[in-house]
Amino acid sequence: MHIHRYERWWMMFGIAMLIVFLAIIGVEAIVDNMNPPSGLRAIDPTRVAQTPPFDHPGLRNLSPGRYEAYYIAQVFSFNPSSITLPVGSTVTFYVTSPDVVHGFYIARTDVNMMAVPGWVNSDTHTFTRGGTYLLICHEYCGAGHQNMFAKIEVR
Amino acid sequence: MIAELPSAQVLRENKVVLAHVYTATAAIVIGALFGVLQGFSRASAITLPAWFDYYRMLTMHGVLMALVFTTFFITGLALFVVYRSLPRPRSTTVGWAGWWVMLIGTAMAAVTILSGNATVLYTFYAPLKANPFFYIGATLLVLGTWIVAFEIFENVVWYRRMHHAAVIPLPVFCVTTTFLMWMVATFGVVAEMAFLIPWSLNWTAGINVTMTRLLFWYFGHPLVYFWIMGAYVIWYNIVPVWYRGNVFSDGLTRLTFVMLLLLSTPVGIHHEFTEPGIASTWKMLHTVTTYGVAIPSFLTAFAIFASFEMSAIAAGKRGFLATVRSLPWNDPAFSGAAYGMLLFILGGFGGLINASYSMDTLVHNTIWIVGHFHVTVGGPVALTFLGCAYWLIPRLTGRALWNPALALWQTRLWFIGMLVMSLSMHYAGLLGAPRRTAEVSYVGAAAANIWQPSMLLAAAGGFILFISVLAFALVALGTLISDERTEPMQADLACPADTSEPTPAFLVPIFRWAAFALALALLAYAGPVSDLIHHPSYLAPGMRTW
Repeated sequence: MHIHRYERWWMMFGIAMLIVFLAIIGVEAIVDNMNPPSGLRAIDPTRVAQTPPFDHPGLRNLSPGRYEAYYIAQVFSFNPSSITLPVGSTVTFYVTSPDVVHGFYIARTDVNMMAVPGWVNSDTHTFTRGGTYLLICHEYCGAGHQNMFAKIEVR
Repeated sequence: MIAELPSAQVLRENKVVLAHVYTATAAIVIGALFGVLQGFSRASAITLPAWFDYYRMLTMHGVLMALVFTTFFITGLALFVVYRSLPRPRSTTVGWAGWWVMLIGTAMAAVTILSGNATVLYTFYAPLKANPFFYIGATLLVLGTWIVAFEIFENVVWYRRMHHAAVIPLPVFCVTTTFLMWMVATFGVVAEMAFLIPWSLNWTAGINVTMTRLLFWYFGHPLVYFWIMGAYVIWYNIVPVWYRGNVFSDGLTRLTFVMLLLLSTPVGIHHEFTEPGIASTWKMLHTVTTYGVAIPSFLTAFAIFASFEMSAIAAGKRGFLATVRSLPWNDPAFSGAAYGMLLFILGGFGGLINASYSMDTLVHNTIWIVGHFHVTVGGPVALTFLGCAYWLIPRLTGRALWNPALALWQTRLWFIGMLVMSLSMHYAGLLGAPRRTAEVSYVGAAAANIWQPSMLLAAAGGFILFISVLAFALVALGTLISDERTEPMQADLACPADTSEPTPAFLVPIFRWAAFALALALLAYAGPVSDLIHHPSYLAPGMRTW
């Protein structure tokens, strides 16, 4: 099979570009720990409200500037529906669903995960800018899906 | 070429192809109507009534566009290529059987959706539980395509036996690898249906949600490559006819399709980067394989532009602008495919971002993704199919295309409408607007106000697209009604520029490559599936939340 010189160059350029991209992603993942949320903790979705710490969903202050936030995503609301944080806080969000699949997305941040019944998903974020953040369910969950959101106040 | 009168058999074959193409046409017209209404709803310009809510329409739009329009067009195109490239006395019974099964399946699913009993969107994620008719209908649609695939494979086997040759003509090779890939891919959705159907009939108490999502995306990503391969079949084998060009290289075209057959399926987890229950290792693995499937598209980009240039040089024209000007931009068929190719450049860039393991969290499930798949399946794929229909329909009916000027403007309007809609969606996604949501104002939240102008612009783009689809429907129906007889229905496909070069031996055994593709796909999913099986799994009873 004859491969034209220009085509060989084009392919080498294309493959080199992919390798560079993959290398950047790989380095970010290993060095900067930039991994997507992959919660592997199981939970019985029929007993979410009785399972600690989801029996008391909400914010926990671990140390100055460090928080954990436990959320239940259910049709068609988040529990808690609002939390308040100081600017500069680092928060680990934990979310699970007792019913159908929901989304957990804080608009204009990289907090973006799926809430699947049977699993606890988690993601960490540092809020460097103040404002009212919108937490949105971004997976269709039923008739009231567009009403499923919560607020995060960062002051 | 000597004009031949079509034989009774060719006319019979044409009818089957026409049935597929016009079913696709019906799907895109109804799908576009629902699409434009959604655009206005999202922009908070209209409120849809409860008896015909946004999500029911969104389900219908997704199913009609992603599953029905594309699939019927590709099965029609494939039968056309096989019938015309491998002439032989044959019955059209199998071709018709495929169409009927697909049609009955589509009708079952559509009635269930319209009655409000399957508002589960085209991804039908459990534990949302639809009426069993929806799942059974969708399964029949897939099984119908298997009948068409059987017809293609049977003709390939016949050709090889009759000609004592293993090398099949290039267009048939492209179509066959496309359907072999489709067989590997649809295995996933049929396996998922084997869980969903008994569960929806209440024969089983619960369902493993994460497993069904894995199986869906095992099918869901190669589904998009099925569309792309359909467009590539046209770009490589039919588009060159429109500018009197050739296929750039027989061997490289076959290599491209074999690579697509191998690499389209083991990639689906890039749709599940933010999913719990799937370890990071598998997500990283599928990032690498997804990048691999970009390579045949690089090959295609080169081959298409090289073929343009070769044809310009043959006509005595040199240089970039001269090459561009030498192309038949006033031919609606070419115009459709060419604008589609331009849109695919945007789609390709977006795709590499979405497939990036860590960067995807910035855009996952935002309307950026919707912008991305509209500029891919709604760009290169749909626009190429519509353009190709302008070439195909006269050759199937023997009638001249009605109002080619309208057809030409249809393709231009589509290009403009798609650019406006898709770019607005991409931008709104970066601002944080979610996908799959009836309206996105969040009771006037300030964070939501910033994306409202983009939603209006997207609705305007959607409206232009709707006008474009109406123009297409007018031309398609006008051609049937006007009854203006035209040339004999000859349809030659493009030939390779260099016919002396033999096809490389390693590219010949396609059924063996298909077995290899299935093995690769199973290997890519062995890890995550085995993790799930060894995990104490919760079985969801399912619920109706709409």
